[in-house]
Amino acid sequence: MAGSVLGNRVLRKEDPKFLTSGGKYIEDLNDEPLFAGALHVTYVRSTVAHAKITKIDLSECKTAPGVVAVFTAQDLGLDEEPSNFNAAAKRAHLAIGKVRWVGELVAAVVTERADQGEDAIERAVIEYETLEPLIDLEQAMNSKTLIYEECGSNIVMGTVEMGMPDNTGDELFKGCEVVVKGRFMNQRVAPCPLEARGSAASWIDGRLHQWISTQHAQGVRGEVAKANKIDAEKIRIITPDVGGGFGAKINGYSEELLLGNISKHLGKPVRWRETRSESMISLGHGRAQLQYVTIGGTKAGRVTAYQLNAIQDSGGWVDLGTVLAPFMTRPMSQGVYDIEKMECRTTSVVTNTTPIVAYRGAGRPEATAAIERAMDLFATEIGKDPAEVRRMNLIPKFMQTYKTKIGHTYDVGDYGAALDKVMAVAKYSEARAEQAARRKRGDKVQLGIGVSVYVEVTGGVDPMQEHAKINILPNGRAVVYTGTSPHGQGHVTSWAMIASSETGIDIEDIDVVWGDTDLVPSGGGTMGSRSLQQGGAAVQKVSIELVDQARKLAAQLLEANENDIVLDKTTGAFYVAGTPSISKSWSDVAKTADVKTGLTHEGTFVASSATFPFGAHIAIVEVDTETGQVKHRRHIACDDAGKVVNPLILDGQIHGGIAQGTAQALLEEFRYDNDGNPLTTNFTEYTFISAVELPSIEVIHMETPTFVNPLGAKGIGESGTIGSTPAVQSAVIDAVMHLGVRHIDMPTTPERVWSAIKAVSA
Amino acid sequence: MKVSITVNGKTHDGDVEPRTLLVHYIRETVGLTGTNVGCDTSSCGACTIHMNGEAVKSCTILAVQADGANLTTIEGLAKDGVMHPMQTAFMENHGLQCGYCTPGMVMAAVGLLNENPKPTEEEVRLGLEGNLCRCTGYHNIVKSVLAAAGAK
Repeated sequence: MAGSVLGNRVLRKEDPKFLTSGGKYIEDLNDEPLFAGALHVTYVRSTVAHAKITKIDLSECKTAPGVVAVFTAQDLGLDEEPSNFNAAAKRAHLAIGKVRWVGELVAAVVTERADQGEDAIERAVIEYETLEPLIDLEQAMNSKTLIYEECGSNIVMGTVEMGMPDNTGDELFKGCEVVVKGRFMNQRVAPCPLEARGSAASWIDGRLHQWISTQHAQGVRGEVAKANKIDAEKIRIITPDVGGGFGAKINGYSEELLLGNISKHLGKPVRWRETRSESMISLGHGRAQLQYVTIGGTKAGRVTAYQLNAIQDSGGWVDLGTVLAPFMTRPMSQGVYDIEKMECRTTSVVTNTTPIVAYRGAGRPEATAAIERAMDLFATEIGKDPAEVRRMNLIPKFMQTYKTKIGHTYDVGDYGAALDKVMAVAKYSEARAEQAARRKRGDKVQLGIGVSVYVEVTGGVDPMQEHAKINILPNGRAVVYTGTSPHGQGHVTSWAMIASSETGIDIEDIDVVWGDTDLVPSGGGTMGSRSLQQGGAAVQKVSIELVDQARKLAAQLLEANENDIVLDKTTGAFYVAGTPSISKSWSDVAKTADVKTGLTHEGTFVASSATFPFGAHIAIVEVDTETGQVKHRRHIACDDAGKVVNPLILDGQIHGGIAQGTAQALLEEFRYDNDGNPLTTNFTEYTFISAVELPSIEVIHMETPTFVNPLGAKGIGESGTIGSTPAVQSAVIDAVMHLGVRHIDMPTTPERVWSAIKAVSA
Repeated sequence: MKVSITVNGKTHDGDVEPRTLLVHYIRETVGLTGTNVGCDTSSCGACTIHMNGEAVKSCTILAVQADGANLTTIEGLAKDGVMHPMQTAFMENHGLQCGYCTPGMVMAAVGLLNENPKPTEEEVRLGLEGNLCRCTGYHNIVKSVLAAAGAK
């Protein structure tokens, strides 16, 4: 297939491999000659949440079968390094003097086989003098016990501390006829890519080669350079197939960043893999934001003031999660609504828990959940339908920019249309009638309807650009090099479609290369729903420029004027206008450029701004009022990501996002006891959503192109999580609202729903 | 201990440590890495294979228990370079994204249709409860299985 394929449902080129022999993930690289004979690293982890280390005794480890070496921070010459987000907070990749969460690394054991390491670490003796564990956010905020003493506070970042205006409290709501307050816990969840992490490191001729399951090889290269105190040019990062990331594999982690150092000490390649139980406590977590909201307006339903006070859990390190509240939640806190008075304050706090990172949606699901729950509370207070109140307050359709009261300039939006579409497909009025009938009858199983309307920000992380290179080989095949890093998103197919539609080269004859920093030195990776709008746009840009160059070469071959050369974009043939029977192929042109290497062009696409996808979701659930059991019956979603390149892949992204959002609303929570012991460290304890808890998803397409890039595309990777979570949570609450329930925190487990009903009927 | 295990039609004779899990035997001794490990509690199903025609989680079985057994892994599902109808259905319905759960999911799905050739959507969802996927939301997996059932 070639020519204008954009917008078509093209099957994925990458699938046959995954379906017949399986992908080549890091643990599958058993014949990689560059790290043949690698030793295995296993880490000794802290078993307490907050403590001074008084003794590390690894002497018994050394005598365990297969042990080659053991290392503490001192043995590896590690220093404490400042956080990128608060320089006062410092830690080393192996703990020095103190541990701050269960699972933090204390020592490394190197063995001949991986299973020997698991046995050997059992022999480590670490003695601790325990400190007050700070697990609860507000307790940590107010405690005199400090997790990072040098910070002088457990508050490690705050909008007020950064000089942004503080919330004015009740002052903001003067003159409002109705004011409602809420306290919502947007709970901590575990990202759970099905492939846990793994990495291997090998020094070859003075250069560190490191294989890693990551979303961003070029970013990790910088971290590896820092950890090994060498220039980035001395490092090659190689990304094998990656079994899911969901934001948790953006950054390098200590387990990975230590491998180069350990390998250097031993003069041998080393590799490391984690078990699921390790992954649950050491791969970063997501969300974990406590929200105080106040919403005010008229009895008729007009919202005039909204205030959010968000307290973000950073976990035990000042990691990416710290910045999500001020820089992702706050700017999106106004959502899709035209609100006269807006305020948002955020405070990020360290606790003795696994660090928080950027999990699918990363700050935007939190913003949307806060305002959508607030809209519901407001609607209930004034006795109006929640969809109707939303409609009354939506920002009207705009095809030029809209500047919010608090932080962003949205590109294009038509929120009312998205709401109309989901209400029509859901048969909203009929569902409400059915709900009323069940309530009137006093049915045991009640119906709940949840509505959410959202806008989010994608591709908004600086620098908002991406690199691409295209090489036409002498045989006429094309190789596209991209700085994005697919791990399920289908870039091999989509980038081939884009290059094909500009060059006329068949999709099957286009290969896509990514994730190897020697082949693609520059790139922003795949995160923040940026890939298509920046990486895809870069492929389009360099393809167009390449065709211009090729036309010059074809003109030489055809002895014609360049301006008369035409490229047939369905066949990839160059000819002089009017005489298509005499043509030159891409192979001819490539050989003319260079008989050995063919024709190559590279470049960078720079976006003028972020984009703002939007949509509306309706969830319809059944709740058993005697047991609290929830059954998710229907999920209707309209997500507008602008122009669609491949609807097959678009729908897949929407489905997956909705499943993860629904999982947060109904089931999943990473929990600790009061001492900071993790309670949900495997898939029997952590209620990972399965096929049984989900309905088939009703997807409605809507395409409002953005003007930010020539593709007209916005991001879709995270929309599903953002729209679905509040819709499902609201549906559960809506099912029992007539009994007097006003709010149930997520996850809305049977126990929580049952307790909420009991509390109001007591 | 000595075992003789047939994998995708080829018999492998050799010694295994008694504590070796079947999934590790398949991946490390036989060298077929399509079968994945996604958890350590037999919850995720990424390691699902067929043992004597029945779908099993190969992390819950010791290699020695498979002595004399006939195993099929994802690598043995296609015949003469032609994909099994379930593999084709997954491709046509975008039933996979990152691919990590896919081998186990496909093997479980084939096992499901062997037992129940014309399942309802509800039966497919129940039948795949022991196979976890983080990418697809199961929507297109369920669609793939129903399509494969219809194609038979």
